[in-house]
Amino acid sequence: MEFKFEIEGGNFSKAGSASSEVKKILKQLNVNPKIIKRTVVSLYEAEVNVVAHAFEGNMNVDIDTDKIVVKIEDRGPGIPDIDQAMQEGYSTATPQVREMGFGAGMGLPNIKRNSDKMNITSKVDVGTELEIINYFG
Amino acid sequence: MIVQDIVEKLGLKVCSGANGLNREIEGGYTSDLLSDVMGNADENHVWVTLQTHKNIMAIASLKELAAIVLVKGYEPEADAAEQSNEEGIPILSSEEEAFELTGKLYEIINQAK
Repeated sequence: MEFKFEIEGGNFSKAGSASSEVKKILKQLNVNPKIIKRTVVSLYEAEVNVVAHAFEGNMNVDIDTDKIVVKIEDRGPGIPDIDQAMQEGYSTATPQVREMGFGAGMGLPNIKRNSDKMNITSKVDVGTELEIINYFG
Repeated sequence: MIVQDIVEKLGLKVCSGANGLNREIEGGYTSDLLSDVMGNADENHVWVTLQTHKNIMAIASLKELAAIVLVKGYEPEADAAEQSNEEGIPILSSEEEAFELTGKLYEIINQAK
């Protein structure tokens, strides 16, 4: 089963809506609640990253009998140093974004903790591609 | 213990989501960093924060929190209140600061266990 959601850069009022749709689908499919919880945390963080840093993006969801594979691609500034971005507490978010309680440098580490596999590739001034895989078994 | 119980015991104002006052409370989390809450709060927790914008409802909904309690008399922004009504997850408000409020909540919730 494949689903595609658009993510609007800068629009915080919609942040989380794609993750919420995926959550509903996983619930309907009776996926183990623990795996739904983990997936929801990682997808929300990925979605917020696009909203906070990129111009626009997509969340492509592929649900199989044994796993969910989600690719989040964005058009944006990219990440120059992924190892640095993966460090807890490191963030390039603007002061306005931080005031809202985002940009604490916990997003990518949260994704890593809540996914079975995580692959991230990025090109500066082009965009970032993040793949999250969670197994149902 | 349900949300209505903490409303009564702590004299909280119900700002929105009154249709969710019978939600079960099993614990709580206090933080103003959204990713911290996303990563560490759990289902049926009551969340103490000073953030008032709509994204607190996205988190409450995704994590299936019992309720949000705003500190220092803060009120939710209009779109946050609207989503709270739609989803039946109450946003409450306390005149107290996070430290005092969290202490009282901790005591009440633990007594009920």
